[in-house]
Amino acid sequence: MEKFLTHSGTAIPLRRSNVDTDQIIPAVYLKRVTKSGFEDGLFSAWRSDPEFVLNKPEYAGATILVAGPDFGTGSSREHAVWALQNYGFKVVLSSRFADIFRGNSQKAGLLTVILPQEVIEEIWQGIESDPKLAITVDLEAKNVRFGSATHAFQIDDYTRWRLMEGLDDIGLTLKKIDEVSAFESNRAPYKPKTLPALQ
Amino acid sequence: MRKTLAEKIWADHIVSSAANEPDLLYIDLHLIHEVTSPQAFDGLRLANRPVRRPDLTIATEDHNVPTLNIDQPIADPVSKLQVDTLRANCKEFGVRIHSLGDSQQGIVHVVGPQLGITQPGMTIVCGDSHTSTHGAFGALAFGIGTSEVEHVLATQTLPLIRPKTMAINVEGTLKEGVTSKDIILAIIAKIGTGGGQGYVLEYRGSAIRALSMEGRMTVCNMSIEAGARAGLIAPDETTFAYVKDKPHAPQGADWDVAVAYWKTLQTDADAIFDKEITINADELEPFVTWGTNPGQGSPLNALVPNPADIADAEERGAAERALTYMGLVAGTPLKSITVDTVFLGSCTNGRIEDLRAAAEILKGKKIASSLRLLVVPGSAKVRVQAESEGLDKIFLDAGAEWRNAGCSMCLGMNPDQLKPQERAASTSNRNFEGRQGKGGRTHLVSPLVAAATALRGTLSSPADL
Repeated sequence: MEKFLTHSGTAIPLRRSNVDTDQIIPAVYLKRVTKSGFEDGLFSAWRSDPEFVLNKPEYAGATILVAGPDFGTGSSREHAVWALQNYGFKVVLSSRFADIFRGNSQKAGLLTVILPQEVIEEIWQGIESDPKLAITVDLEAKNVRFGSATHAFQIDDYTRWRLMEGLDDIGLTLKKIDEVSAFESNRAPYKPKTLPALQ
Repeated sequence: MRKTLAEKIWADHIVSSAANEPDLLYIDLHLIHEVTSPQAFDGLRLANRPVRRPDLTIATEDHNVPTLNIDQPIADPVSKLQVDTLRANCKEFGVRIHSLGDSQQGIVHVVGPQLGITQPGMTIVCGDSHTSTHGAFGALAFGIGTSEVEHVLATQTLPLIRPKTMAINVEGTLKEGVTSKDIILAIIAKIGTGGGQGYVLEYRGSAIRALSMEGRMTVCNMSIEAGARAGLIAPDETTFAYVKDKPHAPQGADWDVAVAYWKTLQTDADAIFDKEITINADELEPFVTWGTNPGQGSPLNALVPNPADIADAEERGAAERALTYMGLVAGTPLKSITVDTVFLGSCTNGRIEDLRAAAEILKGKKIASSLRLLVVPGSAKVRVQAESEGLDKIFLDAGAEWRNAGCSMCLGMNPDQLKPQERAASTSNRNFEGRQGKGGRTHLVSPLVAAATALRGTLSSPADL
């Protein structure tokens, strides 16, 4: 995973709440067996509308998505994160994220930042009046900066450290594999096993 | 400190714990399907890692598979590649798989319980958000993304931040015609799609205790629709009786040891939940959604709400957008809404009791000529059971289509989809825009409402017949 320290770019205002992962990428696009190529399916139903924000030329090249509350609800599909990344997004800002989506984004290296809804509104107004407004999302300093504004955000230290170091979770856990083995040797013998297969 | 049920199961699975780090939790069972696993197996191959515990892992084909002509090769080449990839991965890594055509194939959350590999006190994960279903057994069960699927395959553990706990007390007695589906739809309407974020829900109270295991699975299944990754119910005699005769249930002396442990899986009397809410079961009515998220629901006797009456600006905007998408006008009686398709199935309501309940209403009657009724059993085993009871005849005689097992129209990943503007009453779990097919309009309902709606052609409860 790439290290994430700070990111500066322009942003797109997505003024919708409850954007579920079926909207981010519909199920018909989930049939690929790779992690790439999902940008075609990103918000596919809405992208057929020329007025949809992603279709507006003034927002072309944006790398930060500024979304309404409860972004990423519904299905656990990590394809939603990949689709956003494949399209070019590095950061999503929202006042509330669904738990599974947030977990997936943190595993895959898409930074999801929680800000109060009034700050989201301020950013929406800022980029709507100036689509080229530069926004900096600084994970090291834990703040979002644009114009003369600076807004701090919270993120747990462990996730921040992992993202800043670009560490792979599996590698970290494998360092503790002896503890896993010790736990396994104490598991109750009646716990079910899938093999051999009984029917 | 006294513990809630979720806290007990959590504590029993901690492999390692350190300050300012997530706990490393052991996973007792990992369920796999074709859609969220290929990239995870690829990751293992790239790092030259084996599946640590194939004997705690099981795969089935469900999301993508056709429900017609299952003896033929899958027609859609992209779907076929995904299913073939799962089969090859399971073979390479030694994972048990129940493929299309196998007697145990079906929706992953129907298969686990019917095999008896879903048991109280376990941690269960799957790359599917409806893994919360297994919480009905007093297990801590939740959906994960593909990165986490790979992590569990490689290590049989997950690093997780401890969630908060919320008690949902459902007290009282359900009226005739009101079901577990109506309980959960009412809960989601009350706390909203984000209300459970960060929590494990524990469903408690006399109305929950009175539910069958399958009814409890319906409730826990939709925990994620309230924003909670997991929802559970303390195991009791109903749970033990359900597990007892299943193929992978503990045998002999192990059974007694297991039950003795399972009986400890109760929230302590003086344990404190981070949040508690109460629902009066006596007052519940058959419920139906009118919008495009599962929190946008009302009793069936109500009218389509007027967004202008909603105080919260964000919710008002969402309701306005939803009514436009759904093609509905505020003030319309929900019962006057005409439906084109009725879908009976899914991990929410595709079990034998759901099919029996619907069949009882449809028996000897014909569905409205204007609509189609799709009956998709949750697993091949449910299908066989239904046929042994003659339910297939009842459905076919009523004019329904009797299909093979899979997720089907719940998410429209296979050919079972709504057309643009087509309106469905669906026993599934999500009424998102386009979920059941691009432009399709979904009203979530119970199997009883689905069956009554199929007969009358408009959203209806059995009491309307």
